[in-house]
Amino acid sequence: MNLPDEKGYFGNYGGRFVPETLISALYELEEGYGESKKDPGFIRELEYYLENYSGRPTPLYFASRLTEKLGGAGIYLKREDLNHTGAHKINNTLGQILVAKKMGKKRIIAETGAGQHGVATATVAARFGLQCAIYMGEEDIKRQELNVFRMKLLGAEVIPVATGSRTLKDATNQALRDWVSNVETTHYIIGSVVGPHPYPLMVRDFQAVIGRETKKQVLEIENDLPDYLVACVGGGSNAIGFFHPFANDNKSKMIGVEAAGKGLSSSCHAATLNGGSPGVLHGSFSYLLQDAAGQITEAHSISAGLDYPGVGPEHAYFKETGRVTYQAVTDEEALKAFLLLAECEGIIPALESAHALAYLEQLIPSTTKNETVVVCLSGRGDKDVAMVSEILKGAV
Amino acid sequence: MNRIESTFKEVKNSGAKGIITYLTAGYPGLETTEELVMAMAESGVTMVELGVPFSDPVADGPVIQAASMRSLQNKTTLADVLSLSKRLREKLTIPLLIMTYYNPVYAYGVERFVGEVKNSGIDGVIVPDLPLEESDWLAGKLQKENIHFIYMLSPTSTRQRMITTVQKATGFIYCVSTAGVTGTRDAIPKEGLSLLARIRELTELPLALGFGISTPQQVASLGDGADAAIIGSAIIKLIDQGGNKEQIKDRMKTYLGEFMSKGRFF
Repeated sequence: MNLPDEKGYFGNYGGRFVPETLISALYELEEGYGESKKDPGFIRELEYYLENYSGRPTPLYFASRLTEKLGGAGIYLKREDLNHTGAHKINNTLGQILVAKKMGKKRIIAETGAGQHGVATATVAARFGLQCAIYMGEEDIKRQELNVFRMKLLGAEVIPVATGSRTLKDATNQALRDWVSNVETTHYIIGSVVGPHPYPLMVRDFQAVIGRETKKQVLEIENDLPDYLVACVGGGSNAIGFFHPFANDNKSKMIGVEAAGKGLSSSCHAATLNGGSPGVLHGSFSYLLQDAAGQITEAHSISAGLDYPGVGPEHAYFKETGRVTYQAVTDEEALKAFLLLAECEGIIPALESAHALAYLEQLIPSTTKNETVVVCLSGRGDKDVAMVSEILKGAV
Repeated sequence: MNRIESTFKEVKNSGAKGIITYLTAGYPGLETTEELVMAMAESGVTMVELGVPFSDPVADGPVIQAASMRSLQNKTTLADVLSLSKRLREKLTIPLLIMTYYNPVYAYGVERFVGEVKNSGIDGVIVPDLPLEESDWLAGKLQKENIHFIYMLSPTSTRQRMITTVQKATGFIYCVSTAGVTGTRDAIPKEGLSLLARIRELTELPLALGFGISTPQQVASLGDGADAAIIGSAIIKLIDQGGNKEQIKDRMKTYLGEFMSKGRFF
């Protein structure tokens, strides 16, 4: 069955839980995206920019020293960190800005946590000459000065959000309020597979290039499908894009790794699927972190990109069907994996991606040497270097 | 006939405009909310909407957002607002509505919510993040208990949505004056007035206009278009000015008095 259904549901999850004012914009977007994806001109244009602007296809790299060190299955890394702007985020922003242009929108807005999606949005807005405003929580602005400056360099206006917890969730609320107020002229580029239908579908489709390339590359090298796919899950866009083309290949087991922060039993984590419960946030029904009265609670993770109290509805569906297993690793485990990859492969991963790598410590002992694992290395870690240095007090 | 229907009938017969007031329950405290609702009723408001605070109120502007945050700091829950309604119902004859985002309802349990809404003597429920696409389940359960699920229409709603909405709606239709969030504005936007005219062509149901309304002059400018005006952020601002309960109540009575003398008749 092709999901989501026409109401935007993946099984029980998804939908369009938004104020009436936004509904017409969601239908307009559904139609605009639906036409784009059938238009050979649109597909060619997107492919052109993915190839020549972002640098796709990204390599599938055999991490031989890491493989040797962990002593089990062969480990490949899908190098999304080598994309322009340093992460998979641009796959989605390129796709959405082309849709926005086709729909005649003049202005782009987006939410950002650490600033990666904000930078990827500001980048494409600059390239296509559209006005751009990025909502960012005041707390995050303080923590991510460099990305704020990057967005400004790229011509975007960065709007501080002082409400609620002053982080990504509140930036998303504010972006939704802006969209409600400027819906005729403005397209809202949501950064993950969250939000009301058609966003989880559209963002998944734009990110599925990760999985399509991986499949082709791994078949060329190994002449077989991988045994395991591992990706980190915050909102879940790199994971969905990576997993989706393999969804019907039962040979490949898929594992999504959430941020356990200071531990699942502490209240300081961002593991929505492992430690949350179903509910409605930001336009869709999925898993979220909430208290007994249905108020959304704050997430915590060392990785700002995973620090979100919701998750894409398709992940909730995959959890329910069991097609994907969701695990969680702590801040400490992620930090260890961050250091390990830098040391033995010369690649500094984003702290988000380090969560996927950290899970290998648990997975690899149960594998054999003739099996293969592919990890989605969703972004590079330059953005995290200052913070890690602070945590380690400069000593590695 | 539900209280909302009979009240709108009386309003129509009197030739006046209904005044619906909104309060975020639990701001600055539940006790004050209770007294303020009584004061509003004494001032002659047509019905009262009790807002349930939510951590992520996407349809609300800064004034109601801040009130929600303050109320949540007081740990106000949906259950608290339901028992407040029950206490108010024993003292009040005007209709009471509850306005809540969907997640607190889902967490409470939809069936339990409907049961408690009925027990608390609430006459209507407004859920701003449940559009037509998602509301059939809750609306059906409420309507079975003779409680109105209040549908919203906005200037961006298509004609087809208006037709579907007026077929499903009971009680009244909540018309959103502008594509935007809650908060006071200087005048009623043209798009709000034309929205009223477009809906009026399709239904006899009472129309209440909300978002941005704060003055009797604005209410008077609605003409025949609307049967009632909904005032929210302006009410919260009166509370924001601070003071003790009596001072807030007096301020509220003075403010609403203006509407009763000037705004209700045209």
